[in-house]
Amino acid sequence: MLKDSDRIFQNLYGLKDTSLAGAKAIGDWKDTKKLIAKGREWLVDEVKASGLRGRGGAGFGTGMKWSFMPKETGGRPVFLTINADEGEPGTCKDREIMRNEPHKLVEGALLAAAAVGACAAYVYVRGEFLREAEALQRAIDEAYDAGLIGKNSCGAGIDFDMYVHLGAGAYICGEESALIESLEGKKGQPRLKPPFPANVGLYGCPTTVNNVESIAVVPAILRRGAKWFASIGRENNTGTKLFCISGHVNNPCTVEEAMGVGMRELIETHAGGVRGGWDNLLAVIPGGSSVPMMPKALCENAIMDFDGLREHGSGLGTAAVMVMDKSTDVVKAIARLSRFYAHESCGQCTPCREGTGWMSRMMQRMVTGDMTIDEIDMLQEVTKQIEGQTICALGDAAAWPIQGLIRHFRPEIERRINDRQSSGTGRAA
Amino acid sequence: MPKLTIDGIEVDVEAGLTVLQACESIGIEIPRFCYHERLTIAGNCRMCLVEMERAPKPVASCAMPVGEGMVITTNSPAVKKMRQGVMELLLINHPLDCPICDQGGECDLQDQAVGYGLDRSRFMEDKRSVKDKTFGPLIRAMMTRCIHCTRCIRFSTEIAGVPEMGATGRGEHMEVGTYIEKALTSELSGNMIDLCPVGALTSNPYAFNARPWELKKTESIDVMDAVGAAIRVDTKGPEVMRVLPRLNEDVNEEWISDKTRFACDGLKRQRLDTPYVRRDGKLEAASWDEAFAAISAKVKDMDGSKFAAIVGDMACAESMTALKDLTEALGSRNIECRQDGAKLDASCRGAYLFNSTIAGIEEADACLIIGSNPRVEAPIINARLRKRYLMGGFPAAMIGENVDLTFSCENLGAGTDTLKEIAAGKHAFSKILKKAERPMLILGQGALMRSDGAAVLAMARQIAEDNGMISDDWNGFNVLHTAAARVGGLDLGLVSGGVDSILDGCSSGAIDTVYLLGADEIDTDKLGNAFVIYQGHHGDVGAHRADVILPGAAYTEKNATYVNTEGRVQRARLAVFPIGEAREDWTIIRALSGVLGLTLPYDNLDQVRQRMLDINPVFGGDDQQTGGAWGDFGKAGSLDGGGFASPIINFHMTDPISRASETMAQCVEALLGEDKGKTGTDG
Repeated sequence: MLKDSDRIFQNLYGLKDTSLAGAKAIGDWKDTKKLIAKGREWLVDEVKASGLRGRGGAGFGTGMKWSFMPKETGGRPVFLTINADEGEPGTCKDREIMRNEPHKLVEGALLAAAAVGACAAYVYVRGEFLREAEALQRAIDEAYDAGLIGKNSCGAGIDFDMYVHLGAGAYICGEESALIESLEGKKGQPRLKPPFPANVGLYGCPTTVNNVESIAVVPAILRRGAKWFASIGRENNTGTKLFCISGHVNNPCTVEEAMGVGMRELIETHAGGVRGGWDNLLAVIPGGSSVPMMPKALCENAIMDFDGLREHGSGLGTAAVMVMDKSTDVVKAIARLSRFYAHESCGQCTPCREGTGWMSRMMQRMVTGDMTIDEIDMLQEVTKQIEGQTICALGDAAAWPIQGLIRHFRPEIERRINDRQSSGTGRAA
Repeated sequence: MPKLTIDGIEVDVEAGLTVLQACESIGIEIPRFCYHERLTIAGNCRMCLVEMERAPKPVASCAMPVGEGMVITTNSPAVKKMRQGVMELLLINHPLDCPICDQGGECDLQDQAVGYGLDRSRFMEDKRSVKDKTFGPLIRAMMTRCIHCTRCIRFSTEIAGVPEMGATGRGEHMEVGTYIEKALTSELSGNMIDLCPVGALTSNPYAFNARPWELKKTESIDVMDAVGAAIRVDTKGPEVMRVLPRLNEDVNEEWISDKTRFACDGLKRQRLDTPYVRRDGKLEAASWDEAFAAISAKVKDMDGSKFAAIVGDMACAESMTALKDLTEALGSRNIECRQDGAKLDASCRGAYLFNSTIAGIEEADACLIIGSNPRVEAPIINARLRKRYLMGGFPAAMIGENVDLTFSCENLGAGTDTLKEIAAGKHAFSKILKKAERPMLILGQGALMRSDGAAVLAMARQIAEDNGMISDDWNGFNVLHTAAARVGGLDLGLVSGGVDSILDGCSSGAIDTVYLLGADEIDTDKLGNAFVIYQGHHGDVGAHRADVILPGAAYTEKNATYVNTEGRVQRARLAVFPIGEAREDWTIIRALSGVLGLTLPYDNLDQVRQRMLDINPVFGGDDQQTGGAWGDFGKAGSLDGGGFASPIINFHMTDPISRASETMAQCVEALLGEDKGKTGTDG
């Protein structure tokens, strides 16, 4: 279990003062100038050495991403874009940061900007997060007033501006290139890659897009050292992480824990255990709606980090742990997710536009067993026709939950179909 | 030059190409829907997926730039399966209405479904449908058929420069449309029909008229403006069904204007299909013999100087040659091709050509437009200007009406005052022109039709010379014509004292007989009591005033030569035979010459063309642009005040064919028509 002294987010629940003074009291904005003075190379190397992997779901090394930013831009400005479009169902970590620890984000943004040579940061906040955007804006205003950001930020000799932009609530705008499109005022649709945002991003300029949590932990890493951060968790899965535990637990919560914590330990220590006891557990979706679910048998010894969950055919994603006990209609649950993806598909590329709706409709029928056994295999095949063939990862995200369901709960699906067949209202094969 | 391996074949290709282009270069065809070489890359149909070594996922070959050492596989079972998968997904929501879809037979989806479609559908749900949309009178939209390739959106935004099309809605509910229902206003909108890979956008006037395999296809040239766009005329029996663009990189690339495409229904209406002779003030149908006899009675033994001829905007070089020879045989020099009164100077060819050529626009680095609105006078040239503008570094300015040209073009002023400032080098834009390496100017007919047109011409020449537009390898002095016949007429030397002097002669009685060869854009009131012979294909202004009508052939009905505004000699080809008693134009004049006892020395097309060649050697080239000599043209003089105005007020109706076209009339009503108060009894 994570020691309290290793906790980065000291005020995650907003029990203390969230203003600049309060933030300073828990160590934010301490010696930021000195950190910046250590230079671009040092900042990037330190984050690289810490092993910090992006907290937005894909888990790409943050330091690595920064190192891709070009040094020579031919006069083009460089932008930092912070993804606060927290739309992944089950995830509620970035909003806590913006609500209660906004100064960690502002300071992190300044340090990240110094690391990649950015002149400004745009925070793309999910449209529904109105209060969070206000809290963040307050923190930005305080930082401006205190001279921490703006012209000659922190007296470190760099100019840095920070803007908050409210989205309109489309899930797809959490995809980095769709976010950039949306920020530019266009229809939120992912761009083709290459070129990657590091070369052609916001307004055609080099841009790095990072998740709120990734940015917010940067000041702590730099202050306490990469070694400290890397000492937490396992190799290649280092540091602390905000876990969002929801569903059929006694005490749903967002909590900071060390990477590599056991799933059962996480649920039982922080969330008060599964409703009705561990044996009442049916399945867990460990990383937000996009990753495949894990039945109880796999949950027992699962380790909550990127590689640990991959071993079980799932993923850490945004670390949104959704717990389902035995009262859950698991098919209906996944059907609901399918409907979500059909609704949120941007419609740009064929497999996702056409496929998500098809899958969703089949899933609706599956709930009541109104299909044939063959159609289960067909559905599996359709998910394969979508997975990996789309412009962005939404197609994958729509396919994986269904694949997980079929993989682990096929007997349940077949039972429903057979029941309906024997009742005489089923579909003919 | 990156070297890559495609299906085991090593290939060197130019850097900057895409994998799809590299595949094509060695003859491997990649199926695609959204990719189009003249539009930006969207990569959204996913049909062109290929496998790339070391890539975790399949890549869209249309969007992937080639790289050194890439290993691409396009023929593996996995690729085939991917294509089948995408095809299945495209088809699940595509209606099964091929039997009633006009795209049938020329549908990319249909064609590729043969290669990659499954033999049965696994889709058991309800298909999506989209409420019908209206895009105006030209395009029939059935958006249920749309596969969301966004070609039309990209065309309207990028090529046409009128961003009217876009996608609304998300996922399955994404719909391509005009945001707010309205008629498309671009002059190039019809090209979206060609671009649409399915039957979502089809031609409205052509709807349900024919199947592509029933049509006879004739390659020809458009005469609706002076651009000379390459077209294909599709005919069924004696009827022109539709006009489509043909590829000509030097002129129209693969676009044509809406007038070129849609005015062809005018070929079926108000046609002159038999000769007429005016008897007792009324035009009556007559035989050729009677018509020729009526002319002969008037013209024979007449003083030649009392005879004049005016040539219209769609006359071919063959008929102009014959008429020139007939006029001279009658002893007259009064033959005039500038029926709009433009003070064009035929003394040297450089004085009246679009010298930079249309493709040459892409090399220019500054542009001054004088008294022209290329968007309506020559939409294809306007699209080329916009293309050049999008490349960057193309300051453009105009003198004349302040019109939206779809690209950034500063309006410097309305007329001659601004022109004088530029000529004196005092204007701010003069600096830009001076600095440019290949500046160009476009001189429109609006600036030359004025009484001071010759002085404007001289001043434009001076501007060209003073600003480095004329050098050994560059001529940026461009006259933009509006009439297909004009350059041919000037090349044949059909220039006399101007159309006004002929009309004045008619009024005063100095001219007794006027031969109008398709001349409809003149003020017929000024013809006075003159005996008027009208030869043409439509019962338009000229025919109404005529004493004898000789029915000629429209551009789709004859083998004819036209010279476009660049000076490019091109041939229109006979797609259908002339209607009724009508004949190919030069043969009519040749026959008349025989009746008059002045038999012209040619009996077939080759001999007429030989005669054209004798008059001007430029007619020797086929689809060849011949540059013009530079000289001291125009006549310096005082300039009147006042602004320049484009001669084209109504893009959709500029000539007898488009005026007779129902489709064009619908466009005028949809786009220019004022909101008419409904009476309650209207339909």
